[in-house]
Order: sequence, then C-alpha cells, then structure tokens
Amino acid sequence: MRLTALAGVVTVLVAVAAGCGGGGGGGSSNTTTGNSSVSGSVKFWGIWAATEQKAFQKVIDGFHKQYPNVTVTYSSKGNDIPTVLSTAIAGGNPPDMADVAQPGLVKQLVQQGKLKPITYAKPAIAANFSSAWEKLGEVNGKPYAFLYKASNKSTLWYNVNVLKQAGVNAPKTWSQMVSEAKTIKASGTPAYSLCGASGWTLTDIFENLYLRRWGQAKYDQLSAHQIKWTDPTVTQSLKDMAQVVGDTGNIYGGTSGALQTDYPTCVDYAFATPPKAAFNLQGDFASLEILQNTKSKPQKDFNVVPFPAITSGANAKAVETGGDLIIAFRDSPAVEAFMKYLTTPQAATIWAKLGGFGSGNKHVPASVYPDPITAATEAPLAGATSVAFDMSDNQPASFGATTGQGEWGIFQKFLQNPSSISSIQQQLESAAAKAYKSGK
Amino acid sequence: MSGSAIYPAEPPGRAVPPEPGGEGRSRYTTGALFLLPAFILLGAWLVYPTIYTIVRSFFGPAGYLGTWVGIDNYRTLFTTSTLVTAIKNSAIWVAVVPAFVTAFGLLFAVLTERISWAVGFKTIVFLPMAISAFATGVTWRIMYQQNPNQGAINALGRTVSDAVSSPGVLSNALPSTQAFQSKGGGLLLKTPLHPGGVALLGLTGIAPGDMPQGAQQAVKPSGQSGAIDGVVWRDFKPGGGKPGVVEQGELGLPGVTVELRDSSGKVEESTKTEPNGSFRFTGLSPGTYNAGIGAATFAKPFGGYSWLGPKLITPALLIAYIWIWAGFAMVVIAAGLAAMPRDVLEAARTDGATELQVFRRVTVPLLAPVLSVVFITMIINVLKVFDIVIALAPESTQANASVIALAMWRTTFTGFDFGTGSAIAVFLFLLVLPVLALNIRRFRRDA
Repeated sequence: MRLTALAGVVTVLVAVAAGCGGGGGGGSSNTTTGNSSVSGSVKFWGIWAATEQKAFQKVIDGFHKQYPNVTVTYSSKGNDIPTVLSTAIAGGNPPDMADVAQPGLVKQLVQQGKLKPITYAKPAIAANFSSAWEKLGEVNGKPYAFLYKASNKSTLWYNVNVLKQAGVNAPKTWSQMVSEAKTIKASGTPAYSLCGASGWTLTDIFENLYLRRWGQAKYDQLSAHQIKWTDPTVTQSLKDMAQVVGDTGNIYGGTSGALQTDYPTCVDYAFATPPKAAFNLQGDFASLEILQNTKSKPQKDFNVVPFPAITSGANAKAVETGGDLIIAFRDSPAVEAFMKYLTTPQAATIWAKLGGFGSGNKHVPASVYPDPITAATEAPLAGATSVAFDMSDNQPASFGATTGQGEWGIFQKFLQNPSSISSIQQQLESAAAKAYKSGK
Repeated sequence: MSGSAIYPAEPPGRAVPPEPGGEGRSRYTTGALFLLPAFILLGAWLVYPTIYTIVRSFFGPAGYLGTWVGIDNYRTLFTTSTLVTAIKNSAIWVAVVPAFVTAFGLLFAVLTERISWAVGFKTIVFLPMAISAFATGVTWRIMYQQNPNQGAINALGRTVSDAVSSPGVLSNALPSTQAFQSKGGGLLLKTPLHPGGVALLGLTGIAPGDMPQGAQQAVKPSGQSGAIDGVVWRDFKPGGGKPGVVEQGELGLPGVTVELRDSSGKVEESTKTEPNGSFRFTGLSPGTYNAGIGAATFAKPFGGYSWLGPKLITPALLIAYIWIWAGFAMVVIAAGLAAMPRDVLEAARTDGATELQVFRRVTVPLLAPVLSVVFITMIINVLKVFDIVIALAPESTQANASVIALAMWRTTFTGFDFGTGSAIAVFLFLLVLPVLALNIRRFRRDA
C-alpha cells in the first residue's frame, strides 16, 4: 500500500512537472509535442491471450514509440477477468486499466464508484467515433469506457454455390431473402440452417430484427423493460421472424432437427459438402468456424452480407455489436495518454491489419482489414447509424441469459410453434416482469 | 466438563495426590483438543453451510442475506413451471432407476454365476462405471441424434425400416404448381384428361445431386390421338423459371412411376418415364382420365425418432443412466451371492425346488440386505443426479429434462437467485433425509 501511495505522489509530481513544462499550452492538441514529457507506467489487465495478446502488444509497441517515457505492461487474465478484477478491487489493488467484454460489469463498477470517468478522452472519441459509439461507453451520461475492439452481430452468411444453383443473388432486404428462400427450396436445398438448441442464436435474430425495424431508442427501452413484451412493436418483429422460423419445410432438419442443433453445428451444416442449407443468420464470429471446420473457401464457397434490411429508413444500417470495453481505475497522465492513443485510427489499424479485429472508428478504412470477408463483416461497423449491445447485457440473467428459461427458452418455444405469437408475447412479458421485479 | 458426573464430587481444598478430578479434566482436555480439528472442519464445511442455506432460503435473491421474503421462495419452488417440471422428473427418476438398476444387477449377477466367461461379461457390464458421467452423456447424445446419418440408434432404426420398405427415388420432391392434388401419398393432376391430351407433371425441391442418373433435357409432349402423352420433369432452373412450363435447361426425371386413373379413381395403367421424363399411355378408350405419380416415388426414408426432443428426453436419460449403474449393482450383488451359504441352496434343490423357486424363495430373501443397499444407494444417487442431464440433453430440451439438482444450480448460478436456490437445496435435503435415516438405521443394525 505504501508503495502505491508513493507511486501516486510521484505521478502527481510528474503531472505537475508536465503541467509546468507544457508552459500553458493546455488542451489535448499538444500530444505530439509534449510526448516525451509524459512518463509513468500503466498496468493493463485484459481478456486477450495468445494471438490476441501478441496483436495487442504490437499496439502497445506503437504507443511506446510515441511516448518513450511511458511503459505499458499488459497481462492476460483470460475470460475470468470479471472475477479477477473484483478480487483485485476487493483487495484494494486494481490495475490502472483493463478491458472487459461485459457492459453490465462496467455499469456495476461505476455504481460501486471504482471507475474513473474518461472525460479527458471525450474529444478524441468524438473525433473518431460517431455519437452512437460514444454512447455505448457512457454510464449515467458520463464517459467511462469506449469500445476498442468491436464485433458485428448483424451479418448473414450464405453458401455461394447453393445461391448460384438457385440462380439468386445475396439478399439485401428481409423480404428479398424470404422470397429467395422459396426459390432455393424449389432448387432442392433448404434455405435456412438454425441453431435452435442454442437459445441465444434465436434471440440474436430477434434483436437484429427489432433494432433494425424500430431503431435504437425503442431497442434500449425494450432492453430495460420500459416497453412491455406485449407491445405491438414486438408483435411485428415476431411476425418478421416467423417468416423464417415458420417456414418449417425450409429449415434443415425441420423444427425438431433445428431444436437439437446447437451452435456452431448449424454453421457447419450450411457450409458442408454437399451443402445442407443456404443461409445462416450469425454474427461475424461464424467465419472462424467455417474456415476451421468446413472445406468452404472464402468468397468461392461462402460469403457474407449485412443482416438484411427490414425497412429502408435510417435504421437499416443499425448494428448489433459486442466487444471489449476499455476502462480506467486510476487517473494519471500515462493512463490518459494511453487511453487517448487507443481511440486513434492508428491504434485500431495496427490490430485490424492482423485480423480478428473490428473497429467502429470512422477513420479506419475497409482496406486495412486483411481479407475481403473480414472487410465485409467489420467495415459496416464504422458506418453504422446506430449501435446496440446484445439485449441480455441489460437484462436480469434469469430472463436474458439462462439456458432453457426466460428469453432463450421462450424463443425455442417460438421456433416450435411459430404461429402462437400472442402467447409467446404473454410468456415473455410474464417472465420479464418476474425477473425485473426481483432484479435477478 | 462432564468429569464431575463420572467422578464423585470432592470437597474443595482436600489435596489428595493423585487428584482424580484433575487427571480426568486433563484427559478430557486432551480429548477435546484432538477432536477440535474435526469439529472445526465439520462446522465450517457441514454445519455452518447447512444452517446458512436454511436461513438463506427465507431471503431475497442477492447479497449475503438480502431482504426477508418469508416462504416466498418455497412458493416459487412449487409455482414456477420449470421447477415443478424438475420435481416431477426427479420423482420419475426415483420411481424408475433404483428398481431397474437393482433388477438388472440381480439378473446379471445370477446369470453370470452360470457362465464360464463370467469375468469377461462382468467387465463389459461394469465398464460404463469407469467412464465419467459427463463423457457418457456426450456419447449417448451422439447416439441419440435424430438424423439416422449421425445417431447410432436411429441408424439401426433406418436399417430395419429400409429392409421393410425402401424409400422412393424422389422423396423430397414437391409439386411445382397448384395443378396437383395429393392422392394416397402420391400426386394426381386435378384437371381430367381425354385421350389425345397432355399431362405436365412438374416437380421441384430436387437438389441437382439427387437427380436420377442419365436425365436428359425435358421435352414438352405434343399429344397424340387415342393416347395420353406427358412428361415428368424437374420444373426448376436457376432463378426459378416459369412454374408449369417446360423450359430449356430443365431436365426430365427418368424412372418415375406414372399412373393413369380412370374417372372412378381406379389405376388403369402405369408406366415408367424415359430419360427425358416423357411417358405415353396408348390404346385408351374414350372417357376421362387422371394422370399422376405413384406414392412409391415419394416414400420418405425413416427420419429417426426424436430421442432428444421434449417428449423422449427423460426416458432417453433414464436408459443411459441405468446403463451406467447396472454394472455397479451387478458387482455388489455378485459379491453378496458369493458370500451366500451354498448348503441352503443345495438343500432347497435336494428338496426338489425348481431353479425359479430357488431364486425366488431362497436367493432373493437371502440377498435382501445387499439389494436394499443397492436400492438405497441408487435413490440417493438419483436424487442428486446432475452431470448426465447437463451433458446429454440439448439446451432446447434441458428445461424438459431438468431435475432438482440441475434446477438448483441453474437458479443459483446462472439466474443468480440465491434465495430460491437455497430453497431448492433445502427441499432436496428434506427429500434425502428419510433415505439417510433408513441407511443409518441399517448401519446400526449391521453393527
């Protein structure tokens, strides 16, 4: 403890010195001139391990070149980071910075008063990201985090050969996909491959449909249960969804087969040889599965388009996202410098070139991504008009993220019986009301 | 200290060496010191958690205790449909598994006494015990897959089914237009035909890879007087084409059985199509006819039973679980059999009892203590069953397959509702108590 306190004093002194040295330059514009005057160290804990850790180390190396007197040490805590962080916080010794994948955790840490707002990085974030991205890192209107590494859950994967045999093009709109599905069925291959056994894949489809028809404001309200699940907007989105899940003869394995197929098996089905289905509604993460477990080649055998648009309005380009949020437990010039650096297109480009990385940074062009598939999945992030996290991030776990119960279980019932929309809405509403009431 | 209860109380101040009370006290202190670690361990790991769980079950979902909710959690336990299903399923498990495991164990144990390769047989039956329940669950899940190409059990079903009736050449095919009506599993053109007419039987839903060998470009029939001409073809080309119209690039379907029915619906004639899909019925008397495709063409192959579906999942789990534990029962019962006095059996046989009588009247009663050990052990095992359910049941039917222990875990650690979770734990504890009491009484009797 004494050491930490000492380090704190030193940092303050350094900060004062830096302030004097700056000579009233002020503002954040002097980052390039005053680089060597910033010194200190940043202890950074993250999820990224193995290849991801190497990639992030390159990002850090890029920072070290700009700020020779700051040392950033990254250590990987793997997927256990929420546990590791809460233990460290309880012990009074959290790292300076961390990355976490759970927006709920960020909110929780803010409520506990453990996080420092990153107001200093606000201009930098605003310069590089659209306001939709900016909002993702805000808690109670204050910036506490920003989404450095993003994924795109609004994508549609398709089997190129099946579409060619059926003589149709990759769909741009939902209605186009539904009508093409009929043609694909007539060609002899089922149109859809669904992972009904993994409930979250079904709620992901619904969330995309809801976000893209009704926009982010409504989406956020539904996530927070300010709109009831019996609302007409939900009815309409379930009707949209029923156009796919209700087309039972057009789902590989039928309803009962789909309900026994978990993620990623349904991905394998769509890209198997011979193919068993044409379309797979899955986020960008499916590409890894296709490349590793099927013989399909990118572009030649499989390809990707944005999740088909439901309406032609502004919401057509909305994106459901996930990813790693950068948070800070301490304030220091070194932390501020590193935080600001991470918001720059340069910090995003270093990793983007290495693959497995997406960025909402509007100054990161599609050309930096290493291959056409990654460019196709990640480039829409920067152009997204609205961005939203998975709904389950804002819902009590017993409703939004428990196997066989709540949303996951009820959407599986919906797949089983797609005509019972009003009964499904009743079930969702009563389960949600119960979970929100008890807050569990 | 209870020293004073054993040694008569001595008036204080009388120094009589050696002081018996002092010696007793130090002996008891030593005893207490030796017991202390055990008490601490038992207290920390059994007594405290038990009491805490019981207390916790009357409080809300979060925090060390949370807010007092009274018996609300217990009400939730019996009113939430997923939890009620779990309780019902556990009841089924208790009713089925111990009885079957004991019965199979007894059967195997008695039968293996008579065969020369008993060791081999016992090893095979006991082997599942050596596999973790999780691995067993995963293995059985694969065997239970509905698709006969994946699941071993349904593959067996398909072999049997195919031997009885073979699937049609175009089992997935569908009519391309509304011009058809279905007739006994086959298809029939709605519009009646006269001799000289033309029948267009377009089908879709046939993958290019499933096309019969040697198919050629379909030809639109011209019609001939006194005969009915027609064509059966894959009415699809990339983009969909025009349904019901024979187009360039659409192939005929050879080898399809075409039937011609008269106005009463009786099959007049049937024939097979040519490589270009064409067929012709000649020498027809005037009248109206209906052309169609026979049911055999569309006969579906065996699609497999949905073992992992909501209806069969619990029986499927029970089978896998009995498969694991039958070996355990067999080994225990066989040990009991080996220790049985042979002279009693010999005496019964000498007295003229049949083997069945010996088994029922002598073997089983003598084995009763061993059988009850197996039975009670199985009841306890079954009440706490967890791993095989989570490994075998796919997520979509885990709610249908749920058992008390699984529901407890899910409620507590994925729903983060520690109150209801504790209530389930207490409920499970209450269920196990009578069985435990029975077991303890038996231990006492044995001692």
